Amino acid sequence: MAKKLDESQVRHVAKLARLDLTDDEVARFSGQLSAILGYVEKLNELDTDSVEPLAHCLPIHNIFREDVVTESLDTESALKNAPQRIDSFFKVPKILEDDSGE
Amino acid sequence: MSELEYKLVVGLEIHVHLATRTKLFCGCELVYGGEANSRVCPVCIGMPGVLPVMNAQAYEFAVLTALALNCKIANFTKWDRKSYYYPDLPKNYQISQYDLPLGEAGYIEIPLETGRTKKIRIIRVHLEEDAGKNTHTLGNFSAVDLNRAGTPLLEIVTEPDMNSPEEVRALAVELQRIVRYLGVSDADMQKGHMRFEPNINLTITKAGSEHKTPIVEVKNLNSFRAVEKSVAFEVQRQLDEFAETGLTMASGNKSTRGWDDENEVTILQREKEEAHDYRYFPDPDLVPVEIDAEWLDEIKLRLCELPIEMQKRFVTEYKLSDYDAGVLTGDRFTAEFFDTAVKAGADAKRVCNLLTQTGMKLANEAGCNVADLGISAEDLSKLAKMTDAGDISATASAAIFEEMVKTKKAPDVIASELNLLQKSDAGELEAVVDEVLAANPDAVADATSGGKKTKKARGFLLGQVMQKTKGQANPKIVSQILDKKLS
Ligand SMILES: [Zn+2]
Repeated sequence: MAKKLDESQVRHVAKLARLDLTDDEVARFSGQLSAILGYVEKLNELDTDSVEPLAHCLPIHNIFREDVVTESLDTESALKNAPQRIDSFFKVPKILEDDSGE
Repeated sequence: MSELEYKLVVGLEIHVHLATRTKLFCGCELVYGGEANSRVCPVCIGMPGVLPVMNAQAYEFAVLTALALNCKIANFTKWDRKSYYYPDLPKNYQISQYDLPLGEAGYIEIPLETGRTKKIRIIRVHLEEDAGKNTHTLGNFSAVDLNRAGTPLLEIVTEPDMNSPEEVRALAVELQRIVRYLGVSDADMQKGHMRFEPNINLTITKAGSEHKTPIVEVKNLNSFRAVEKSVAFEVQRQLDEFAETGLTMASGNKSTRGWDDENEVTILQREKEEAHDYRYFPDPDLVPVEIDAEWLDEIKLRLCELPIEMQKRFVTEYKLSDYDAGVLTGDRFTAEFFDTAVKAGADAKRVCNLLTQTGMKLANEAGCNVADLGISAEDLSKLAKMTDAGDISATASAAIFEEMVKTKKAPDVIASELNLLQKSDAGELEAVVDEVLAANPDAVADATSGGKKTKKARGFLLGQVMQKTKGQANPKIVSQILDKKLS
């Protein structure tokens, strides 16, 4: 059976997910992910022509809050789990300017 | 190579910060310039297991803006996650609207030179959250402040309908005017409340055939000047590049450039591999939004007359110049203040002059808006009427305006207190004129001679009357009396 997901696709997905996989893992996951996709593909046997796409699994909408200020974390708590900090900033590997502010 | 015939084609993507008190999905307060990471909580800092909840005000601001941009409002929208792997948005995705934006297919009318306007089509308007802020002062490290992360951001995308750098700038300025009129954004450029990303290319005609240059997107422009200059720069750069390489638009050759404000050039940015694999999918944490007719009507009630409509009305209805109308409609409070004063019965041009020549100067000094100077539109109207009736001179009206701001007294009260009321009583003035004529027979002779000296002598006599009345005579009436007596 041809795999639904070849190894280059697994490498691509792993890269997008910032995962570093060994060659063994790539081969193994390629089989496993293909099996999952094959299983999910069973759904294609259903006739969904007259079914509206579902945007959310709960049959509710319009859950809002008022524009009222609630208490934020204090800065020390916010930074508590940061691997590195400088003053009250998170310190991270350099980000290229064009990548921010989407 | 500038002799090539070309047409510039520009579309704009604009991000506008909405002026809610709190963030889009959590109650952290939006404060500009606070201590780094002092307005963050588990939701906006991307902790696992938290539940974002939509800010109703942000949604209404967004719909209001979309309405002002003549968009079709979607009665059903949902929230999508856009993959985004950078530490300034630590949950690794941005909550946005992908296939169901809240507004679509609208247009914005922008003012061009001398009263001409142009409609630029709007493709879509949607709501999303902003990222945090990076500072690059640490060599190989960045410092991240997440206070801005989660700020409601309205994204507006236009069709490529702009054909000059001036048009692009005009759209940016007009959009600022609109969101300020609506009160949905402070639109302060210095604070990064508006960011612009033009998509620019050229259609070049060479030897009878058309060639499209590769599209360039210039990222993150945050001043009107940068918007206009970067587009102008791209025109020349793309012309030169085409002359040199002949390269034309093809799938995959769109590029991204940044703007170097100091050297006024765009710079090619290194594209990250797979940077555009956003893998949108519906956000399971947030339920969809449905707008019914009743809610939409409620939001529509908050629309106001748009600045461009007001500007055009001031020209047609009040016969102002397009320039004056543009100055007065620069902000909503000034425009409405002016409009109220005119509707109270004053001459539009007179009120306009009072506001633009004196009011705006005083407002500028006070660091506020003319509507906030503490005088009522009715009193301003009265001041304009007094000036037009000749009760006070135009010079005196400026002085009275200043005094009104200082003392908050009515213009007629100030005029009489400061002895600035002009005498317009013809009978009273006629007696003074008679006195002056009797005392200056030589000048009278010159004034009636019809010779070279006539004008000068007439001016002298008028001056004498003004002197005798301590400057309080209405010169127009005195002139009429002189005309009668000297003919
Ligand atoms: Zn928060």
